[in-house]
Amino acid sequence: MAETPRILPSQVLRAVQGKEGEHSYTDAELARLRAEILEERAKRRAAAATNRPTVVVDNLNIIYRIHGAGTGRGSATGALSRIVSRRTAPTVKEVHAVRGISFVARRGESIGLIGRNGSGKSTTLAAIAGLLPPEKGGGVYTDGQPSLLGINAALMPDLTGERNVIVGCLAMGMSKAEANGRYQGIVDFSRIEDTNPHAMSLPMKAYSSGMAARLRFAIAASREQDVLMIDEALATGDAKFQAQSEQRIRELRESAGTVFVVSHSMAAIRDTCDRAIWIEAGRILMDGDVDEVADSYEAWSKQA
Amino acid sequence: MSETGGIVLEELPPPAVDPEYAELGGLSLAAKYGLKQSGKRPPLFEYAAQLWQRRHFITGYATAKNRSLYSNARLGQLWQLLTPILNVAVYYFVFGILFTQSKGVPDFLLFLVIGVFLFNFLQTSMINGSRSISDQLVLIRALHFPRACLPMSATIIQFQQLGFSMAIVVIVALATGQTPTLNWLLVIPALVLLSVFCAGMAMIVARMGSVLTDTAQLLPFISRTWMYLCGVMYSLTSVTDRAGVPHVVKLMLYYDPPALFITVVRNCLIHPPVASSYKSVVDYHAAVNALHQPAYAWLFLAFWAVAFGVGGFVYFWKAEEQYGRG
Repeated sequence: MAETPRILPSQVLRAVQGKEGEHSYTDAELARLRAEILEERAKRRAAAATNRPTVVVDNLNIIYRIHGAGTGRGSATGALSRIVSRRTAPTVKEVHAVRGISFVARRGESIGLIGRNGSGKSTTLAAIAGLLPPEKGGGVYTDGQPSLLGINAALMPDLTGERNVIVGCLAMGMSKAEANGRYQGIVDFSRIEDTNPHAMSLPMKAYSSGMAARLRFAIAASREQDVLMIDEALATGDAKFQAQSEQRIRELRESAGTVFVVSHSMAAIRDTCDRAIWIEAGRILMDGDVDEVADSYEAWSKQA
Repeated sequence: MSETGGIVLEELPPPAVDPEYAELGGLSLAAKYGLKQSGKRPPLFEYAAQLWQRRHFITGYATAKNRSLYSNARLGQLWQLLTPILNVAVYYFVFGILFTQSKGVPDFLLFLVIGVFLFNFLQTSMINGSRSISDQLVLIRALHFPRACLPMSATIIQFQQLGFSMAIVVIVALATGQTPTLNWLLVIPALVLLSVFCAGMAMIVARMGSVLTDTAQLLPFISRTWMYLCGVMYSLTSVTDRAGVPHVVKLMLYYDPPALFITVVRNCLIHPPVASSYKSVVDYHAAVNALHQPAYAWLFLAFWAVAFGVGGFVYFWKAEEQYGRG
């Protein structure tokens, strides 16, 4: 498969797309470009393979325990009849979302997590961020404290965008002066004021989901982080912002951080990641070069 | 890959494994590079230090939240003053006029205002504290900070409101003919101790509320019952003087933390009754008893503040890694 890739490496693909489907490259030129990009990526991956690890996921198992699943929690009469008849609460349902995942991420790596909905990608990220305690017999070890960027709209919906930036920076542990100093950079990066010059003084609940996602990304990416995890955040931004945030991800990667990206957009994964992990039903199916894994995943998705 | 060109998941080769991981195993690899278990609860003193480091976040968050509190109302920030005034007006109508609890209490309006405002501080700190974790799940999941910041800023928001309320107390005190004395300054340490107590209570209910979501529903009823037991709008003596009340119950009523805080602040602000201004000795004794402050009151205030402040903090810290799951 590696010898006859049906899909071009992403950067070439974009160079081609930049000319609206038409391009003046000859087949030989394309082949050379592709080889160059593959070589660069292979070099980056080889260099990263001996770097210090930032995240070690060791036989990770996550089980969600859902109380009162399925039965009359919603109806008052159901709850009442349970109390009257002295039946115990409905049994706790267990969902084994992640089943024994192990991998090592090193400095300078950008890793895409791909897989279907409900395959355990976001759960894995939440566990790396330390938000979900793993079951016994496994664990997640990290260098510093990773930040998780989700798709959920506002951080604090009642507060203005301005307050969200400052309070968000303070929450990440910046000093007051540092937060004020970074404020303008964050606003500029998010480009929120391009469309509406008063946007920063509006409460964040008034933002569109794309604007909110942009501001959140700008806040979290403002700090040099060792490990940054992005859950679908790129999908909501417009094309210009996507390109900008991809650039920021590359910068973070180059400053020897580790970036995780969860996305259903294979183009976004190919553009930003060197390595990809395919997760299905809580297990790792493939772990390797992004084009190789993404090709297999796409081929499998199409046949199903 | 199978012969037909399709992909069969069961036939995929096992995923590549990091060579160093294969050699050392997860635990020793993590140990070799000094990686720490993610989301592990830091030791108590380190946690306290982290919390101190985020003090600007706690106050900044509280201030921002306070400003946005009335942003939907037309009268806006005026509600900071109107809410406590209306609160007192209702209680004055019910307990001062309908039930005539004011009988025998010196300066009933000031007596009531202090009781209502101080208890309201505790009550809202607890109710908002119980929701502080479950309402901010997005923030908790996105950014890492010591979670105790949230119930603490719930208390600070109320402390800022208490500032407005205390301004009203001073106005009422001056309007009802009290003259300022140095005793008034004692209110400040009393309120500081009360805030520590409230922060502790907020952290206790915050942990309970994050596990048992019913806490937020139940808490208003519990705190209201507590309020009626604290002599907020009547003099505790009218209960303890009844025949057949055991001594233990009397002590519990007097040393109950919110009741004790209210009594001490009242004694700081209200002048002791003067015998000559009362028509009968009975009336005079009723007035003195209404302000009765039990022995070692300040010592007990400090004890309650430290016990609940530290206790609540430790109790909250014990479940630090659990917040954000719900």
